[in-house]
Amino acid sequence: MTLEIVLFILFASICAVSAVLMITRPNPVLSALFLVLNFCSLAGLYLILNAQFIAVAQIIVYAGAIMVFFLFVIMLLNPEKEKKFFEQKAKLRIFIIAIVALVLVQIVYIIFLSRPSEVITREVARSVETGTVENIGREMFTNYILPFEAAGYLLLAATIGALVIAKKKFE
Amino acid sequence: MQIPIEYYLILSAFMFTVGIVGVLTRRNAIVVFMCIELMLNSANLTLITYSSYLGDVAGQLFVFFVMSVAAAEAAVGLAIIIAIYRNKLTVNIDEINILKW
Amino acid sequence: MIDLIYLTVLLPLLGFLFNGLVGPKIKSEKLIGIVGSGAIGLSFIIVVGAFFETLALPVDQRLNIVTLFQWIAVAGLNISFSYQVDQLSLVMSLIVTGVGFIIHVYSIGYMHGDKSFWRFFAYLNLFIFAMMNLVLADNFLLLFLGWEGVGLCSYLLIGFWYDRKFEKSTTSAAGLKAFVVNRIGDFGFLLGMFLIYSTFGTLVFTDVFSRAVSFAVPEHIFVLIAIFLFIGATGKSAQIPLLVWLPDAMAGPTPVSALIHAATMVTAGVYMVARCSIIYASAPAAMMVVAVIGVVTAFFAATIGLVQNDIKKVLAYSTVSQLGYMFLALGAGAFSAGIFHVMTHAFFKALLFLGAGSVIHSMHEQQDIRHYGGLKKYMPLTYGTFLVAAVAISGIPPLSGFFSKDEILWYSFTNLGFIFWLIGLLTAIMTAFYMFRLYFMTFEGKEKFDHHKVHPHESPKLMTVPLVVLAVLSAIGGFIGIPEIFSGEHGNLFHSWLAPVFKTSEMKLLQFGSHSHFEELLLMIISVVAAAGAIFYARYVYLKKPEVAAKTSSKFKGIYNLLLNKYFLDETYEATIINPIVKGSESFLWKIADNKIIDGLINNLAKLIDIISGSIKKIQTGIAQPYALVMVLGILIALFWIIISYS
Repeated sequence: MTLEIVLFILFASICAVSAVLMITRPNPVLSALFLVLNFCSLAGLYLILNAQFIAVAQIIVYAGAIMVFFLFVIMLLNPEKEKKFFEQKAKLRIFIIAIVALVLVQIVYIIFLSRPSEVITREVARSVETGTVENIGREMFTNYILPFEAAGYLLLAATIGALVIAKKKFE
Repeated sequence: MQIPIEYYLILSAFMFTVGIVGVLTRRNAIVVFMCIELMLNSANLTLITYSSYLGDVAGQLFVFFVMSVAAAEAAVGLAIIIAIYRNKLTVNIDEINILKW
Repeated sequence: MIDLIYLTVLLPLLGFLFNGLVGPKIKSEKLIGIVGSGAIGLSFIIVVGAFFETLALPVDQRLNIVTLFQWIAVAGLNISFSYQVDQLSLVMSLIVTGVGFIIHVYSIGYMHGDKSFWRFFAYLNLFIFAMMNLVLADNFLLLFLGWEGVGLCSYLLIGFWYDRKFEKSTTSAAGLKAFVVNRIGDFGFLLGMFLIYSTFGTLVFTDVFSRAVSFAVPEHIFVLIAIFLFIGATGKSAQIPLLVWLPDAMAGPTPVSALIHAATMVTAGVYMVARCSIIYASAPAAMMVVAVIGVVTAFFAATIGLVQNDIKKVLAYSTVSQLGYMFLALGAGAFSAGIFHVMTHAFFKALLFLGAGSVIHSMHEQQDIRHYGGLKKYMPLTYGTFLVAAVAISGIPPLSGFFSKDEILWYSFTNLGFIFWLIGLLTAIMTAFYMFRLYFMTFEGKEKFDHHKVHPHESPKLMTVPLVVLAVLSAIGGFIGIPEIFSGEHGNLFHSWLAPVFKTSEMKLLQFGSHSHFEELLLMIISVVAAAGAIFYARYVYLKKPEVAAKTSSKFKGIYNLLLNKYFLDETYEATIINPIVKGSESFLWKIADNKIIDGLINNLAKLIDIISGSIKKIQTGIAQPYALVMVLGILIALFWIIISYS
């Protein structure tokens, strides 16, 4: 029982449970908060996988910026609470859950069908090496500079777009 | 003993399908968006897993860009929801059916 | 000149184009008349030149073909615009262009002041173009082109005064009747052409006729071909059963009646049968049919003509009757006699019509002869020429009608038998009678019109000079066809000119026993005496004692009514054929087939599409989640596919 396994079980179960809880709560604020919890446990999982930079970026960007934004909008619009999960359109929801469960089974089956364990062995040293900030920075600014700049443009467009769409009309 | 890679992948698949259920069942548009974010994160997890086990940094860079795109998309999407709210005074998806036949 | 024969077809076409396109803008009637008549006049000169050139050639070289260009060259069918210059087509061309030219000149005077003067000459030129194509063609298809063309021009010219009423309906209805009845005949003609092509493999005259002799074709094929072609001839030449259009055709202007319905178009059927003489000679049953229909029509039409009161109607039925004579000649195997009668008939019938036109003109469009009387002192030239024509048509020697009619009666006696000759003789007697009835009631006797309202006068020179020319031709035109008993062997110039054309056919015909000159002379004297007797009786009835006519018509009221109403032929056709077709079309073809089935098919197809799309469009709810559900289902299926293909 190494620390790695314990931490993995902890973070994975928090992820799974918070995800399920998120989609079933009638109150949207609660859903948002559970999602924050999910993101944070995901960051923990990233750390176990030696992806340090991404883990921190997850906390900063996702949990810190995007979810805060979501909460702002929820507070601003103040939507009414929905009914409980199985109280409306129960038949349809059960049907959906059945289908999606089928999809899950299929994906799991495919995962085992491809038997990745026999093909991939993990070298810890190398994975530590790949997750460092220097490595990511070096790769991004030499080999992946073009997507980087494109992402910059994308963010600019999104900013302007959001401004234009959401602002009040001219009087 | 290492954690077998399948566990991470199964977790990721589980989060993805939970996200699908959320998208299909919830009636509040903002919550639907949050479920979409959940799905994106499950894909991120898969990418990071493979990047770590294979020792290739491309996966992590991919995740970086996925995150930036997700941020942009969330911004614009919520701006649209705000605009719709101004017109229809509701964020209930069942009532936003302007593109009906 | 033979090589220039295509110009005789081209010049009238150019005249039509000029008058038709530029005519409305030309104010001078003289220019239009000169272009119209000049085109035909030039054609006539060319035909005369070709005639003399052919005359100078040895007899076996008198058939020449002038080709303009190829029209159809498809899978073994080769048709070109070629013209056959031989003895028969030259005779017909001379008649068409010669009499045509005279009538054109007459029309300049007759149509003076008409608001569509240019249109009249355009149509007349178009008619001559089509007619020349018909008589000069060297193949059946080009002949048919001309055949249809003259039908078209007949329709256009009958309905020329389209805003006038005519009897119970309009002039356009009369034109339509002519066209439709002709069409029925044309259907038979087409069937004949198809049969000719499938039997002989070609439509060119020279090839067809030589193969008719050399191929081993069963006789019933010849009979079928001959009958089908003859059906076309009955339509065009107004024989039983398709004669009903000719009296209605009198709705058109009188020069039209003279040119088309007396001299040229109606003789196209006769020409066609004569041209195909070899086919008829190979099918004796068909010849009998032709002869029977010819003689019955002649008798039948003459009886109707006895009681008609419209001057043009009398002449119309007379035309039908004389055409019957021509077919009688063809049926008896006397092909050149039939063509001879075509020529003489063209002269005197055109003259009769033009004279009638002159009378109608001066009596202010009055056409009922009961309102004429004593016109001879007002219109001396018209009176004189009309009298010449009446004597000619009655068959009194030495005018042209005597020679041609007598030749026909003689050949029907020798080749067909006594009964045909007898009916022909009776018809000749009736012809003389009604013609002189017409003459006496119009030009002699008491004046039956109001002198204060109507001022009859002689027509201008443009109209009387053509009358004189035709009168001269009617008088002396017969001398080229003097029978052998008077002129010796080969003395009949007309017959020997045309003999090479009919040589093969005449060889095929059965030779009846020879008859003596005495018999011929005896029959000739009988017919002349009978005709003269009829003339004097007519004089007695209509000049001396007019009450006899009224008493006879009231005594035989039933027959009189039957004849006056032309045996109710139109009404019979209407009831038995036309009405059932119209009713059937209306109730079945229109209401059911068109409205319900065809329209229903289209409309219901559209409705079906509407219904289907109405139900399919409900998929688009406008809400995103159902769309996403469908996507997930798709993912499900795709994953299944991957799993299956992977394992």
